[in-house]
Amino acid sequence: MSVLVDKNTRLIVQGITGREGTFHAKGCAEYAKQFGVNLVVGGVTPGKGGTTHEGFPVFNTVEEAVAETGANASVIFVPPPFAADGILEATAAGLPLVICITEGIPTLDMVKAWEIVKRTKTVLIGPNCPGVISPGKAKIGIMPGRIHKEGSVGIVSKSGTLTYEAVYQLTTRGIGQSTAIGIGGDPIIGTTHIDALKLLNEDPDTEAIIMIGEIGGSAEEAAAKYIKEFVKKPVVGFIAGQTAPPGRRMGHAGAIISGGEGTAAEKMKAMAEAGITVVKSPAEIGEAMARLLGKA
Amino acid sequence: MKIHEYQAKEILRKYNVPVPGGEMATTLEQADQAAKALFSAGNPVVVVKAQIHAGGRGKGGGVKVVKTLEAANEASKAILGMQLVTHQTGPQGQKVQRLLIEEGSLIDRELYLGLVLDRASAKVVFMASQSGGMEIEQVAHDTPELIYKEYIEPAVGLQPYQARKLAFKLGLASTQINDAVKFMMGLYKAFIETDSTLMEINPFITTKDGKLLALDCKINFDDNAMFRHKDLKELRDIAEEDPLEVEASKFSLNYIKLDGDIACMVNGAGLAMATMDIIEYAGGKAANFLDVGGGANQEQIENAFGILLSDPNVKAIFINIFGGILRVDVLATAVVAAARKLNVQIPIILRLEGTNVEEGRQILADSGLKFSVGTTMKEAADLAVAAAKGVN
Repeated sequence: MSVLVDKNTRLIVQGITGREGTFHAKGCAEYAKQFGVNLVVGGVTPGKGGTTHEGFPVFNTVEEAVAETGANASVIFVPPPFAADGILEATAAGLPLVICITEGIPTLDMVKAWEIVKRTKTVLIGPNCPGVISPGKAKIGIMPGRIHKEGSVGIVSKSGTLTYEAVYQLTTRGIGQSTAIGIGGDPIIGTTHIDALKLLNEDPDTEAIIMIGEIGGSAEEAAAKYIKEFVKKPVVGFIAGQTAPPGRRMGHAGAIISGGEGTAAEKMKAMAEAGITVVKSPAEIGEAMARLLGKA
Repeated sequence: MKIHEYQAKEILRKYNVPVPGGEMATTLEQADQAAKALFSAGNPVVVVKAQIHAGGRGKGGGVKVVKTLEAANEASKAILGMQLVTHQTGPQGQKVQRLLIEEGSLIDRELYLGLVLDRASAKVVFMASQSGGMEIEQVAHDTPELIYKEYIEPAVGLQPYQARKLAFKLGLASTQINDAVKFMMGLYKAFIETDSTLMEINPFITTKDGKLLALDCKINFDDNAMFRHKDLKELRDIAEEDPLEVEASKFSLNYIKLDGDIACMVNGAGLAMATMDIIEYAGGKAANFLDVGGGANQEQIENAFGILLSDPNVKAIFINIFGGILRVDVLATAVVAAARKLNVQIPIILRLEGTNVEEGRQILADSGLKFSVGTTMKEAADLAVAAAKGVN
């Protein structure tokens, strides 16, 4: 099994005719096709409805796309000024899963959008995230599919490329992944570390979990508390930004140590106290997991 | 994006939030004129304030309260051009290039008001405290119960009852409550309309004659929202920023200068931070944080190269790429082109993985240039540290 994304996922791509939308619509479709899954069923670009793009039917609105294709998930590649609107449109269309890849959405746009989305049944992943992949089934996002391997380690991470790093270290050790969830590096995101951990903890086929965080905010501390109380599966943790200077925004809008809050040291301490195997070097993530699983 | 106090106060004025009268000066002559005007208008006290993008200016000697024009000019002379060191500037300090010459206020009480995004609730929170004039982080740490908070519903915005609650908790006199509510409502409106991420009035004062004033003001804007604020974008003062960071921002590169000697070029913020971390564990120190982003094209990578090479401390370049959106072959082509064009003499160490990695590695191999390629991140970090130390 897996969480969020599987062989029954039917995806539409918001912003499918854009450069990134086109590239990744094809990438997602090709990845799933290897496993006999018809993942991408269409896309949305306002004003281009009724046309076909790279073989995918294009619709003017998400509502129309859902009605015509039976989609149950959407991935958003819409530019930042319009992306919060895209999230709200997908939510209003009743999609159970919305994944927003777009980076650079104004924070106050997300404050408003999230206020609406959180009252619905829609699960929002991101924004500013790489997406979700259940290896051997389907992927929704921008991750390179070929480095993944089907298996039983679940991953939750704020960082895209750091997730690929962890996945790669597992795959090269022969350890597969159930689902890798990139929750995103913005200060306001839909699915948080705790939400993703709950999903992975309840998934019978996820045996162990890798949790990757970074400086800024206190979501990792909250997640550590949750793990201490509820998670019996082995967890390996890493926090990026151990050497980051305070007061500087390290690329991600949310990655900043401010007022002494959000340091890597605090997060690592909370995680270690929760029984998580915390590694200091990003190169040790795979090895630590292999050891926990007795595969080292 | 950060702005100066005098700019923040101009914004507050537009929203009818009361601030002391004053003028910004970049020369001693302007400072003299401004002080003269304030004294001749009958102000008994004038304040000369250094304008830099860092807090703690008073303690560092960047703020002087004076009672005569001579003293004002002396203060301006001492502060303008000084290298002001505060707990936020680092030991090298920041050169003062602007002054704010302001009317003095007869302070009765020093309070605190702040608007900030609360990540846990995903709402803007209005904070108020009776402990004004000190570091609010310290107050939050030592006595969190003395900071009053009102969480603002995004759909309706700050409500007058919330502002009233805060005003009463601040212990303001009943005659001041209405003014305080207006003050806070104006502040909130400014926060929303300017897409701020932080707005702090510290201290928020009451004067001996019962008035309310924003004695200091700090505003940070949301960089992601600046596309819809052309006017605010112009408030940026690049003299306050690191020149290399300014250069990098022209190319939309996420670059932060650090003090080590191993330059890093990485895609993805998380991996870029982790690369700094692993360099430290390998015994070296990163010269910078640089996220070339997901959609970086060849031109942008060449620009990035140029910036890394302009840092005179750099002894080796560590390129750590895990290709998702950014395809490894595109990066490899750009690295080869840039290394040729800029005739790079210092060692380049690469670690590449992800989309089109084989093509990327082939491009490096075919280039005839000497690159060190590490197969794992750890191996590459070790190679980079050794190269920076001059060990091959």
